[in-house]
Amino acid sequence: MIATLLGLLKYPVTITIIKMIAAVAIVLSAVPMLVWMERKVSARFQRRIGPNRVGPMGLLQSIADALKLMFKEDFFPLRTDRVLFLVAPLLAFLPGVISFGLIPVGQAAGASFLGPNGVMAVSYLPMGLLVMMAVSSIASYGLAFGGWASNSQYSLLGGMRSSAQLISYEIVMGMAVLSLAMATGTFNLSEIVLQQQGHVLPAWNIFLQPLTFLLFLIAAFAETNRAPFDLPEAEQELVGGYHTEYTGMRYAWFMLGEYAGLWTMCSILVTLFLGGWTLPAAWLSPLASAPWFVAALVSFAIFIAKVVALVFFFMWVRWTLPRFRWDQLMKLGWKVLIPLALANILFTALVMEFGGWYAR
Amino acid sequence: MPANKEPLPSRLGWLTRIYIPMIAKGMLISLREFFRKPVTIQYPEQKPTVSQRFRGEHRLTKDAEGKMKCVACYMCATACPAHCITIEAEAAPPEWEGRDKVPRVFEIDMLKCIYCGYCVEACPKEAIEMTNKIPTVYRTRQEFIYDREKLLSN
Repeated sequence: MIATLLGLLKYPVTITIIKMIAAVAIVLSAVPMLVWMERKVSARFQRRIGPNRVGPMGLLQSIADALKLMFKEDFFPLRTDRVLFLVAPLLAFLPGVISFGLIPVGQAAGASFLGPNGVMAVSYLPMGLLVMMAVSSIASYGLAFGGWASNSQYSLLGGMRSSAQLISYEIVMGMAVLSLAMATGTFNLSEIVLQQQGHVLPAWNIFLQPLTFLLFLIAAFAETNRAPFDLPEAEQELVGGYHTEYTGMRYAWFMLGEYAGLWTMCSILVTLFLGGWTLPAAWLSPLASAPWFVAALVSFAIFIAKVVALVFFFMWVRWTLPRFRWDQLMKLGWKVLIPLALANILFTALVMEFGGWYAR
Repeated sequence: MPANKEPLPSRLGWLTRIYIPMIAKGMLISLREFFRKPVTIQYPEQKPTVSQRFRGEHRLTKDAEGKMKCVACYMCATACPAHCITIEAEAAPPEWEGRDKVPRVFEIDMLKCIYCGYCVEACPKEAIEMTNKIPTVYRTRQEFIYDREKLLSN
């Protein structure tokens, strides 16, 4: 029996299925940790302690909250659009999980059965970056549908804000990705990471393209609906925005989606700009001779540490900056960021053409 | 103001108007708060230190001989805006000099009490006063009704 199962490992399909399960498990176990982290971090920024009653350091608080939400009544508000009301939370949640599958989370150079060059990712699409852009913007449909289906003015405003935010900030993000792709010459996420590896000076894209990083970061804040761009769920004005009318498990799906989206967005930022699982110096080369599972674990741990640090940055920003007003958000998007992104593309092109010392 | 009036030229410099230095400054301020000690008091285990003049739970006082000072005059119950004091008087023991009555029942419903301290103001004998004990929490309503003995020993 066991021998048969181990025999199955020969086939790439088995490895892929295992990796798919692992990717989903990583996102689903990251979400409660992120919720816990958000509550702890926000508490510390307000000089509070945060949850500390359920489990050690309040670690089981999210589990307790999830259990509570599961046992809530399954409830439809009056005159909702049933189908969209049911689909919206799933649409908000799934893109975060799906696009995490595109992200290479580590490398064990010797273990070619893990993937090309031993890079650990579920999918090695040559168009990975574009697929990621396409999939991650689906989450906004979840928000817009949820706002529309709820039959509530607050929700509708939240959904509308979400879609308006999407169409302005998706452009900025696309243009940032464009100039990055021009410089790296590929849309393949694992190749982008490998290019950032193994220089004495850090060859991370954040140092090569700081303006691109800034634009992508701002667009990422808008894409994940986090402060200062959390207009769709502005608690103070919209009583929760698109999820005002949601209760119980369906509300939990929205929360899950929000944090899965945050996790995936931070992973993408780490992959594209912060060198993925690589360290700044050529420090990682001893890992090439290490046993494959040690290399895999260490590179994965580096990746996770970077993502968590970036998540902390997102939370830090959330508890520092006030929310933008609706018109300020649009003005910043269309009148500042898009011209900047265009100028950035032009600048990248000029450097690539004339500054041979800069481009790789 | 006319709708199409041009906004006044900003007096802020360009460094301020691109926000980024200001954002960095604000981020540092919030980071400083992050590393400071939390001010939370974890209530049931830790009690806050309160002022000596804090109006907490009531206490019935005793004189130098250990007899309770209360003469069951109903002044506190009359002054109470929340009507939380119940007094039933009885004749004082004959050897207790200088008074006719003592309370047989003296109950304060802590759920009704608003801790205003009017009872203390009203008392002619300084027989009731407020301690700086923070009102305790119980599981049944009955436990919130403090009787004479509880108030004397509070």
